[in-house]
Amino acid sequence: MAKHETPLLDQLESGPWPSFVSDMKQEADARAKNEKNIEYQVAQDNIEDLLGVLELSYNDCTTHWKHGGIVGVFGYGGGVIGRYCDQPEKFPGVAHFHTLRVNQPSGHFYTTDYLKKLCDLWEFRGSGMTNMHGSTGDIIFLGTTTPQLEEVFYEMTHKLDQDLGGSGSNLRTPSDCIGEARCEFACYDTQDLCTHLTMEYQDELHRPAFPYKFKFKFDGCPNCCVASIARADLSFIGTWRDEIQIDQEAVQAYVNGEIKPNGGAHAGRDWGPFDIQKEVIDLCPTGCMKYENGKLEINNKECTRCMHCINVMPRALRPGKDKGCSILAGAKAPILDGAQMSSMLVPFIKVNKENEYAEIKELIENIWDWWMEEGKNRERLGELMKRQGFQKLLEVTGLDPDPRMVQEPRHNPYIFWKEEEVPGGWDRDINEFRKHHQR
Amino acid sequence: MALDYEESKEKIVEALQKKAKTKSKFYFNDLSKILEAKPREAKKVINKLVEEGVLEYWSSGSTTMYGLKGMGKQAGAEHEGE
Repeated sequence: MAKHETPLLDQLESGPWPSFVSDMKQEADARAKNEKNIEYQVAQDNIEDLLGVLELSYNDCTTHWKHGGIVGVFGYGGGVIGRYCDQPEKFPGVAHFHTLRVNQPSGHFYTTDYLKKLCDLWEFRGSGMTNMHGSTGDIIFLGTTTPQLEEVFYEMTHKLDQDLGGSGSNLRTPSDCIGEARCEFACYDTQDLCTHLTMEYQDELHRPAFPYKFKFKFDGCPNCCVASIARADLSFIGTWRDEIQIDQEAVQAYVNGEIKPNGGAHAGRDWGPFDIQKEVIDLCPTGCMKYENGKLEINNKECTRCMHCINVMPRALRPGKDKGCSILAGAKAPILDGAQMSSMLVPFIKVNKENEYAEIKELIENIWDWWMEEGKNRERLGELMKRQGFQKLLEVTGLDPDPRMVQEPRHNPYIFWKEEEVPGGWDRDINEFRKHHQR
Repeated sequence: MALDYEESKEKIVEALQKKAKTKSKFYFNDLSKILEAKPREAKKVINKLVEEGVLEYWSSGSTTMYGLKGMGKQAGAEHEGE
């Protein structure tokens, strides 16, 4: 028998999709039965109360959560987010129901043994409910009380070799795609760079001193599987600067129907025989490809790395050999005023493991120095770039302007002439001018 | 030039107490302005003040603020001021 009646939530289970309500009920049942004889350190029926407060919110059409607070673990200014219910008498099990962010392993690689240990810890000291994964990529532990925070943190850091993630005005937990581990499109080792920068910037991750949040995301290729271009203040997107590698025999095999296009995806219906002209050449956004006399040609100078041809014919086409990454800056995905994509800052940089990514770190630190000094409270890097201009960003990073930073000719809101760059400055001798120009 | 810790502590505590009637939480930038220091220099002092329990973090989840330990409504209201 459920502790609270939840007719509205029950309806959410009736659709065709898996329901989080069913998951919560499953966990509530498991906690009630307690077959593993766990000495629960927080209310055993907290998931029941969580269902109750959610039902109440559906009825009232308003939230019953307050967020924020002074909760945290010693020395850390992030990783814990205080959550309190504003109906604690009705739902005592969730009166304090704090969230912990756990720094996920790069590329989300973990063993089942490690996951079980994390889950056992959370069953014991928290609600048992997790979110795999949060938007930033962290493993999210949902719901515990303040006295449990230090206990969970001790267990994680001392026994599981596991740290908390970022929250608040911190560097947020860096996240990356699966990279070279399993993807042949990857143009650099996303996991190594992600892990290296996570370790390097521990102080920025745990001790907040930024005007607002700051996110790094690492995509191994322009397919952008972690959507760094849309969500990260600094997006690292794998690319190449030579020519797409073509295997003409494999192109023929695709044309002859011997290899399935798109790696065999979209096989749910019969799309007819593969048509290279229609499905690849005509869809190239810059029109830089042609297929004539059984030969595929690419004008690589015009290629914008959209990845479509490579995705359709992965056995025939591969990224070039001279690989690195592009660095873009200033994306954010706010709920109210719409997304801002990141802008090209470094068209190509070698991702150099040998010197521990010295060039990349220099760039990052220059940007941080500027943003920390000039950024207003709660102003993201993208907003500062808009306010002070892209040119200012180039100045602080010591980069030269490049046509690839401009979206299209005569259309760039960022770059302005300065007085010292204009011969004669803003003032000119009008009489001298009139000698050559009639009114 | 590195900031003198004791002098900085005095400055921060005095400035925050002065505003305590109207405000109990401050942005990092507010603190570095009080110290008249660059953010990276200010951070070293502020970290130490948190470590010593003079200041404490307050976080909404998206933004972090600083306050004198135990000051403000939340510490008492949520029974977490101990």
